[in-house]
Amino acid sequence: MDFQVVVLAGGFSKTLVPLVSKEVPKALLPVANRPVLSYVLELLEQNNLKDLIVVVEGESAALLVGGWISGAYVDRLHVEVAAVPEDIGTADALRAIDHHLTASDILVVSGDLVCDVPPGAIASAHRRHDAVVTAMLCSTPVSGPIESGSSGGKDKAKKPGCHNIIGLDPSKQFLLHVAAGLEVEKDVRVQKSILRAVGQMEIRTDLMDAHMYAFKRSILQEVLNHKETFHSLRRDVLPYLVKSQLRSEFPLNGVQGDENGNHQDTSQESKILLSQLLANASTPSFHELYALGPNGSPIARKTHKCCVYIASKTNYCVRLNSIQSFCDINRDVIGDASHLSGCSFSAQNNIIHPSAVLGSKTTVGPQCMLGEGSQMGDKCSVKKSVIGRHCRIGSNVKIVNSVVMNHVTIGDGCSIQGAVICSNVQLQDRVVLKDCQVGAGFVVTAGSEYKGESLAKKEK
Amino acid sequence: MVAKKGGATRGGGGAATMSEDSVEELTRVPLQAILLADSFATKFRPITLERPKVLLPLVNVPMIDYTLSWLESAGVEEVFVFCCAHAKQVIEHLDSSQWFKQPNFTVTTIESNNSAGAGDALRLIYEQNVIRGDFVLVSGDTISNMPLSEALKEHRERRKKDNNAIMTMVVRQSKPSPVTRQSRLGTDELFMAIDPETKQLLYYEERADNGTVSIDKTVISDHPSMYIHNDKQDCYIDICAPEVLSTFADNFDYQHLRRHFLKGLLDDDIMGYKIFTHEIHASYAARIDNFRSYDTVSKDIIQRWTYPLVPDVQLFGNTATKLERRGMYRGSGVGLSRSAQIGPFTVVGSGTTVGTHSEISNSVVGKSCKIGENVSIDGSYIWHDVTIEDGCVIKNALVCDGVIIKSGVILEPGVVLSYKVVVGQNFVVPAYSKVSLYQQPIKQDSDEELEYADNSSGTMDISSLSSLSDKLNETTSRLSELQLQSASEVGNGGVGLIWSTSEGSHEEEWRHSVAPIPADKLEILYTSNDELEVLHQDGNVPPPEEMERDSVASDSSEDIKDEFQTFEKEVFATFERAVLENHKDDNVILEVNSLRLSFNLDASDCAGPLFYSIMKWALTMGHSSPSELVKNVASLLTKWQKVLKYYMPSIDEEIEVIMKFEEMCMESAKEYSQLFLQILHLLYDKDIVQEEAILNWASEKENADESDKVLLKQAESLIQWLKEASEEEDEDED
Repeated sequence: MDFQVVVLAGGFSKTLVPLVSKEVPKALLPVANRPVLSYVLELLEQNNLKDLIVVVEGESAALLVGGWISGAYVDRLHVEVAAVPEDIGTADALRAIDHHLTASDILVVSGDLVCDVPPGAIASAHRRHDAVVTAMLCSTPVSGPIESGSSGGKDKAKKPGCHNIIGLDPSKQFLLHVAAGLEVEKDVRVQKSILRAVGQMEIRTDLMDAHMYAFKRSILQEVLNHKETFHSLRRDVLPYLVKSQLRSEFPLNGVQGDENGNHQDTSQESKILLSQLLANASTPSFHELYALGPNGSPIARKTHKCCVYIASKTNYCVRLNSIQSFCDINRDVIGDASHLSGCSFSAQNNIIHPSAVLGSKTTVGPQCMLGEGSQMGDKCSVKKSVIGRHCRIGSNVKIVNSVVMNHVTIGDGCSIQGAVICSNVQLQDRVVLKDCQVGAGFVVTAGSEYKGESLAKKEK
Repeated sequence: MVAKKGGATRGGGGAATMSEDSVEELTRVPLQAILLADSFATKFRPITLERPKVLLPLVNVPMIDYTLSWLESAGVEEVFVFCCAHAKQVIEHLDSSQWFKQPNFTVTTIESNNSAGAGDALRLIYEQNVIRGDFVLVSGDTISNMPLSEALKEHRERRKKDNNAIMTMVVRQSKPSPVTRQSRLGTDELFMAIDPETKQLLYYEERADNGTVSIDKTVISDHPSMYIHNDKQDCYIDICAPEVLSTFADNFDYQHLRRHFLKGLLDDDIMGYKIFTHEIHASYAARIDNFRSYDTVSKDIIQRWTYPLVPDVQLFGNTATKLERRGMYRGSGVGLSRSAQIGPFTVVGSGTTVGTHSEISNSVVGKSCKIGENVSIDGSYIWHDVTIEDGCVIKNALVCDGVIIKSGVILEPGVVLSYKVVVGQNFVVPAYSKVSLYQQPIKQDSDEELEYADNSSGTMDISSLSSLSDKLNETTSRLSELQLQSASEVGNGGVGLIWSTSEGSHEEEWRHSVAPIPADKLEILYTSNDELEVLHQDGNVPPPEEMERDSVASDSSEDIKDEFQTFEKEVFATFERAVLENHKDDNVILEVNSLRLSFNLDASDCAGPLFYSIMKWALTMGHSSPSELVKNVASLLTKWQKVLKYYMPSIDEEIEVIMKFEEMCMESAKEYSQLFLQILHLLYDKDIVQEEAILNWASEKENADESDKVLLKQAESLIQWLKEASEEEDEDED
């Protein structure tokens, strides 16, 4: 397949402080003891998409990510790591790596996506309709919306789980309307012209844009070049393409750049024909009907298609873009969505590395993971938690619903609930943590109790 | 329900079911229907000046007969026919066509002569207290063969679960033409939003005047999935609960069923009434709303989409008609010349004669017509007793009863000839013209209401009837005069006036006429639509993002600010009135409260604007020296203290007032800036603000910019004094 994949891996995301640090960019945050980026890369590998560009924000992050990839995937994938300046939008990032894009279609994937929807399905939907853009949508996770940062229950009550307002055609193949970001809070305004062309539009608020898009390269580059104010794919480029689909400004349907301009007419016709055949519909899509006008009127209109691929409800698809989602994903990958972890579970439905040492009367419950070389003292109890490599855990420690990264030392009698403990943290004896995040290298003094706090070393 | 009924007839079942049955039997009311025999519109003028729309023949049978026989076959047991315009004619017709004597089907007429719309009609019916349960609401121009049982069942089940589901609308798939933006029935395109699960109607917009459909965000958040339809047609068949009538009674301004009632219900969330839709797929339903739908529905009847309501099935008052090859219907006693060609999909009524070499195709010809030789009729509707002399060419025209078309006349597409018009020899009637014996009502009177004033004369009593005949005489006498001059109007020897189409609607005439839309118009429309769309879209497509996003961000806060400013102005206006007209305190509070509610603000938001109003008024009272101004303020404050205090229940509002005053001093009313301390002291003395508020304000201001502190410094002495006083007090307490 002539698809080029761009993985947008981000940098040191501010929303994930204190989990990310200078040593650990967002892409390398561990999910069930392996970097989150590996989930995307392996998914792509399974679909035989091996030609990748990984875009990382910031030089130092790029070095870290690049180092890890070359170590882990050296002979499996053909990966190019590109560094772009920090804090730029997704569209800007693509603009920055413009010269790398050569294939006719580009698949853009967010590096923080943990999902099991085959990208091949999106690619084939894209090709089938000869679409300009195909977006993947998934149902809003049951656990509630991924809330950015620490917005309270108040907002939740106002608009339960509404991220995107999506308009679909009756066959659920085409994207007719999209509202994201701020627009979601306003009244929905749907263009009548597109309603007239389609006849019926379904408005859904229970779908989420999963940040996996297939673009036609020529169009994408044209948009990026002409609309310099577009910063985000999701907020700017996608809505623009959707809105303009019935009066396209692009040379389309066969006129792929200038190189094959000579065969315009014939290739255009054959392409339309082909796309109709491929769309395996006896009737042409509304785009073509609209383009033809009534009675084959001579005034042909230019249209382009925006397609969607809707993941089925059984698919798992979550983005790691907040601390909450970090916890959720870790819990799910060793729990409900265990097929993603790529590990085989023991009879007790947990994974304990053979080199891990457990003290007497220590229990590790189901849906747990214990990394290589970790040691646990006596009478400990671990439930629904992930514990990284080479951790030293004392006796009488209770760990519930938590993520403990690598090289963490936990003293005797600690109780950890719903917490994220980053690498190299030291918890002295009898520390009680509830719903806390502890940044890398932090030392929690003996006997202290925290609830709902974020602990980290002060950055110098 | 069906099962239970079965049990009852068998007489079996235990005591429990028996009692249940009897309860149901007791509460069971015969299915009722309200038929509005008046469309409250003027689209069929000039014909409707002489005859009510529901009696106009559709494929040789009056429309109301279609509606009534459908209701009868669908299981309706009691119909209330509401007559307004030409009520006498409607009643006479019902009498003569045996509708009053049907077994198991009661038809009752309700007359009114001053109803101006469906709302008035339903209010009148409500007052008569005849509707006992769910009923079907249709107008007398509905052609349908849909079974009601399913829709009724759905409606009743919904009612059991949710008493607020008061109406079920029948809709049908029909995509409007993308070019003309009207349905095949000639109605404007319709946008509806429907919840696919519950079928609840969420949005209804009939007139497309802007480029977007805008759906309220609260609706969106309540319905995770919804369909916006542009491909549905409203059949104007509603299954209603009795609450619909009482809603009309409560809202005396509701007149139009869709524009007022439906919109009111969708917008209003106080009552919580809901409207649902029922889509029919296999059966037919359409309403004749204009000439185009008359044409479309006629063709549908001839092509038997409305079976069993077709010409050759004698279900209702139609006469024996035989279906022949190629969709041709022929009545009894038709005298066709051998060389006459009757084309496909044509109906020829009984007793009609057609001369040699005449051709008729795709048309309806009524009873006892005389059609001469070499006449060509295509796509036209010729009613009863029409005489068409030799050599006429009639294309896509509508010709009413008793018209005489002299030889050699050409009717261009879209012509409507009303009753008893005579067209002179060799005259060419221009396209889309409407010809009537009646004079066209003068423009400003052409509003709907006049027609009823006009028509009600026909519905009143004998005296008015005589006046009507007078009027007719007048017209005829006028016409005889006219005949001389009227050579210019409808040809030599013709009788009738060509109605001038008002400038505005002239262009639109072709949209609703019986004639198909000409190709050149389509072309123009097609291109203009495109241009329009581009315009619309340019307006909608976000202008390059940066700007847009900023404006979006600031928009909402600006809106709120603007709104607050208007609120402030309104409060000032209220206050001004109160002072000038010497209102009581309570009334002022009442007025301010209602203002507050309409702006959706909190009670705490009122103190600031009210204080602002008082201070501003003090300024407008005029003053020669600062001390006089202070006096003014003092007197006003004394007078309005009570009202002001009403809105200042807590320290927060008091601080708000001080801040407001500060803002005034700095910006709008600089006169006060020198008097800040004095007035603050005054406020303190009058107990409008307490020392705590002043101290809080002072401490809040402590960290402000230097420029902001000017007034604070002025008030320094007071604050100092207050502090000391409170300390002393503390000491005293100790």
